Amino acid sequence: MRVLVLGLGNILLTDEGLGVRAIEDYRAQCEVPDGVDVVDGGTAGMDLIDIIAGHDVAIVVDAIRTGKGPGAVVVLHDDEVPAVFRQGLSPHQLGLPDVLAAMALLDLRPPKLILIGTEPLEIKPGIGVSPGVEAAMPTVVATIARQVALAGIPPGKTSHGNDAVGL
Amino acid sequence: MRVTVDPITRIEGHLRIDCEVEDGQVVNSWSSGQMWRGIELILQGRDPRDAWIFAQRICGVCTTVHAVVSVRAVENALQLEVPLNAQYIRNMIIAAHGVHDHIVHFYQLSALDWVDIVSALDADPLAASKLAESLSDWHRNSVPEFVAVQEKLKAFVASGQLGVFGSGYWGHPAMKLSPEVNLMAVVHYMQALDYQRRANQIVAILGSKTPHIQNLAVGGVANPINLESQSTLTLERLYKIKSLIDELGAFVNQVYLVDVAAIGALYADWTAYGSGVTNYLSVPDMPLDTRGTTFGLPGAYIQNGDVAAARPITDYNDKYFEDGVRESSKHAWYDGAGGALHPYDGKTEPQYDGFNDDGKYSWVKAPTFYDQRAQVGPLANVLAMYVAGNEPTKRHLTRFLTIAGTIAGGDIPLSALHSTIGRHGARAVRCAVLYDTLDTQWNLLMQNIAKGDFDTFNRPMFPKGEIRGFGYHEAPRGVLSHWVVIRDGKIKNYQAVVPSTWNAGPRDENDVLGPYEASLIGNPVADPEKPLEIIRTVHSFDPCLACAIHLLDPQQRELFRVTAV
Repeated sequence: MRVLVLGLGNILLTDEGLGVRAIEDYRAQCEVPDGVDVVDGGTAGMDLIDIIAGHDVAIVVDAIRTGKGPGAVVVLHDDEVPAVFRQGLSPHQLGLPDVLAAMALLDLRPPKLILIGTEPLEIKPGIGVSPGVEAAMPTVVATIARQVALAGIPPGKTSHGNDAVGL
Repeated sequence: MRVTVDPITRIEGHLRIDCEVEDGQVVNSWSSGQMWRGIELILQGRDPRDAWIFAQRICGVCTTVHAVVSVRAVENALQLEVPLNAQYIRNMIIAAHGVHDHIVHFYQLSALDWVDIVSALDADPLAASKLAESLSDWHRNSVPEFVAVQEKLKAFVASGQLGVFGSGYWGHPAMKLSPEVNLMAVVHYMQALDYQRRANQIVAILGSKTPHIQNLAVGGVANPINLESQSTLTLERLYKIKSLIDELGAFVNQVYLVDVAAIGALYADWTAYGSGVTNYLSVPDMPLDTRGTTFGLPGAYIQNGDVAAARPITDYNDKYFEDGVRESSKHAWYDGAGGALHPYDGKTEPQYDGFNDDGKYSWVKAPTFYDQRAQVGPLANVLAMYVAGNEPTKRHLTRFLTIAGTIAGGDIPLSALHSTIGRHGARAVRCAVLYDTLDTQWNLLMQNIAKGDFDTFNRPMFPKGEIRGFGYHEAPRGVLSHWVVIRDGKIKNYQAVVPSTWNAGPRDENDVLGPYEASLIGNPVADPEKPLEIIRTVHSFDPCLACAIHLLDPQQRELFRVTAV
């Protein structure tokens, strides 16, 4: 069993980068168990194929528009995930639907796909997230930890949790 | 009639194209970048040694190229030499990235402008396989392979998952290929997904990871070379890279280049559309010495398509290049007071006032080279390399034109490249040249290490006072340059003039149309509700505006919003 925690977003655009910030916090605050890879995917496109491939569960952490107010956290599963991106609810069309489509064609799509989405407050050039999203970060980190546990990975300390080389 | 296509890219970025269409032809056009880029402001006041780390976050597609050109700019400001091993390692990274990018652009991002994926369902796989084998000795053109892909395609269509191929104009009257050619292209589309990964794996090994490489440093690379230690660049890793290079080469030469020649020949009418701006700018790349005075691949400025009169760009301190660049904000949503500015003096002060046909209408500035609009990209580069007598370029271009000519039933002149389909051809040729480069650079690195040279880094020292410099790179979409002013070891000003700025920019200080805009004039549009022809020409530039702008799209919307008024 291998689980991927993938943070997405552009860290140069404040709340757009909240997914990357969340996985950094997760890595710093939680004991990342064996069998879990934590990766900063930035705004990457097709490069993600090799990063996602080989995992049984992929947990994507990203900013999405839900209409539930800044900092609201939602969890979506499997086919709901590409649908969100297709409908343009994600503020950056980073190409995750393209990546997942390509993986479907290559028979490489992970059996289980989870999206932890957080509503951004503002997206403008700048480093760091807004106070509203900052306040939501502990919830996002706890949600990541819970989803990792639900995936069937027992807690425990390890040397993993570093960025996996895409090989 | 006004036709608006928004957005026009499938991946990152946000580009809107407006056209005036009369009697089935485009008579006027506007190219508009729809979001503001603020990287320049983020870098002000930071340590120049860290600039590349931020710069590679500008874009999710071109992370590597921004990182490389950023360290080159700072090194230029310091006049810092870069060890040979570091040059070769960087060269391999950018060559592998370029091969990857060109393959993905053709198959995944633009082939379906020309290939009707639904029509491939009607193909006779036996005949399609035979056709493919007549064009190339690629080992994966067999009947079982073609049958398997057609079955897979049928399954996707049956389960309503055609969306995995993105949005396409299946059955559009401008689609001209036979079902067999369409099936051949779809088989190679699937294989391209697999082979592009090998190029990425090379970048991952050398760059320590993707999507963001970690091995760069102002002054070299952070790859210690020790042929025995597991944590460094070992002989084992170097040979793994070599095997990946060889597999990639077969796909590029036997599949990609052949497919573009064949599809181009079958759409030969598209050599008459899309030339637009025929001033071409490209820069030399793949430095072969520590100072950047000799290069594996040449670059030049070519005016009015006059290839014979090309003026070469020669080294990293080239004054002709450094002095020629200006950016105008007259039609961009920035304060444009003071006219077109040199990047060292460039300003990024937003001034948004809505879309005005005759006024400001884009977040992208309009660059010029000695007051002329210039087209950048593989076509500009291939023309420059060809006229400079670069051997791999001549070999691959001749092969490309020969295959296309055989299928079209007549000689194809070099001038056919000044077109929509010609840009695809030039990109395929450049991809083959980059593969050769990858191989060459691997050999140079191995030879240099064999001499006992393990140096990879020269430490930068920042003086008191003000220094400035520029770095350039012939990126997959064309000339990329970063310009940095450093004061007392901190960044005072930073400007990135990106390829899509050159090509997608709006009208300039003299109201002259940019390359996208000019290339659309005269394009046919059979059905204004389905402007496939407009998309073909814009896609031929490989638009990626993520670096010029970034997407913010809170509204639910279709992939293409086409409005015909």
